Amino acid sequence: MTDWNIVTLVGQDRPGIVARVTRVLYEAGCTLGEASMIRLGGSFTILLMVSGSRPNAELEAALAPVAAELGLRVHLDQVQGGLHQHLVPNIQVRVTGADRAGIVAEVTQCLTDQGFNILDLESDVVGNARAPVYIMNIQGTCARTLEDLEQALAGLTTRGISVDVSPIELMIG
Amino acid sequence: MAILDILTLPDERLKQPSVAVVHFDQALQAFIDALDETRRAGPAAVGIAAPQVGRHQRIVIIDCSGRPKTVNHGHLVLINPEITHWEGFEIGREGCLSVPDYTGNVIRATRLQLKAQDPEGGPLEFVMEGFEARAVQHELDHLDGLLFVDRVVSRRTDLYRRRVYKKGGAAN
Ligand SMILES: [Zn+2]
Repeated sequence: MTDWNIVTLVGQDRPGIVARVTRVLYEAGCTLGEASMIRLGGSFTILLMVSGSRPNAELEAALAPVAAELGLRVHLDQVQGGLHQHLVPNIQVRVTGADRAGIVAEVTQCLTDQGFNILDLESDVVGNARAPVYIMNIQGTCARTLEDLEQALAGLTTRGISVDVSPIELMIG
Repeated sequence: MAILDILTLPDERLKQPSVAVVHFDQALQAFIDALDETRRAGPAAVGIAAPQVGRHQRIVIIDCSGRPKTVNHGHLVLINPEITHWEGFEIGREGCLSVPDYTGNVIRATRLQLKAQDPEGGPLEFVMEGFEARAVQHELDHLDGLLFVDRVVSRRTDLYRRRVYKKGGAAN
C-alpha cells in the first residue's frame, strides 16, 4: 500500500495559494490524491492527500519556503489507507436554526445514537451578527429507516431547530 | 449472448456524439439485447447508452422498475430519443458505469416530455419525472458525448439552492 500524508495548510486567504502550493509539491515529485480546500472565515484551508514515499522531513523542507512567503501554517499526518475507498452516502440531514452553543453536538449525538456514520459535514453561519442562523448539511450512511431517524431527531425540532432528513438516491447510468 | 466491454474515462470515444439510427433491423435488436445484458451485469445501473460500449448510435435503455417508491415506465428501449419539454430542477447524486469509483451531484430537470422510437421504429412518447427523468437525461448526455462529471456541481451548491428555494417559498 502506498504511504500517504495528509497535509494541512491554513493561512490568510489570498489569490494564488493553491497554484503555488501544488506547484511546489509537483516539483518535489509528490503525487496528489483527494483534497478539500475551502475558505473558512477569512482563512484559506487546505486538506490534501500527498503521496508519502519521501521522508516527512523532506516534504516539510520543500513546503517551508512557500509557507513562509504566504504565511501558511503546515501540518503533516502520515495516514493508513489510500485512494479508491469511497463510501456512498444514503441519507442527507439538513439543519437550520438560530445559532446557539451546542447545536452541532446535539444533532450529531442524536445521529451517532442511530448508528449514523457522517461522511461529510458542512456548515455555515448566515443571517447577521444580531440574529445569526446556523445552517448545516450532513451526508452519511445509516442502516436505520428514514422514519426511525426522523423520530430520533424530532426532539430537536421542539427546541427550535429545523431538521430535514431525506434519502440520497444514487442514479447509476 | 456476449457482455460488451464498457468504455471508461478517459476514453476519448465517450466524448464522440452519436448518430441517429436509420435501420430498424435484426442487427439492431441483437445489439439491444447485448447492451441490456451488459447493463444488468454491472453494478445496479438503471440505464445504459450505446456509446458506452463504443457504438455511436442514438440508443439508450432505461429501467427504473426495480426501485421501490419510484414512478417509472418500466423497461424502456429508446431509439433516437429527444427531450421536447422540461421543467423544474433538482440536485441529485449520480454515478456512471463509465466513471468507476466516483459519484457526484448534478442538477437535472425534474419533469420532462420525451419522444423516441421503439426497436421497430414506431413512435413513443412519455412524460417522466424525478428519478426516471434524471436517468433519461444522464443517458441522453452520453449520446451527445457528455459525461455527468462535466456537470457536477460543488457540494456547497446545495446549501445555496436550498436558501433560494426557501426565499421563493417553493416547496421542497
Ligand atoms: Zn453514464
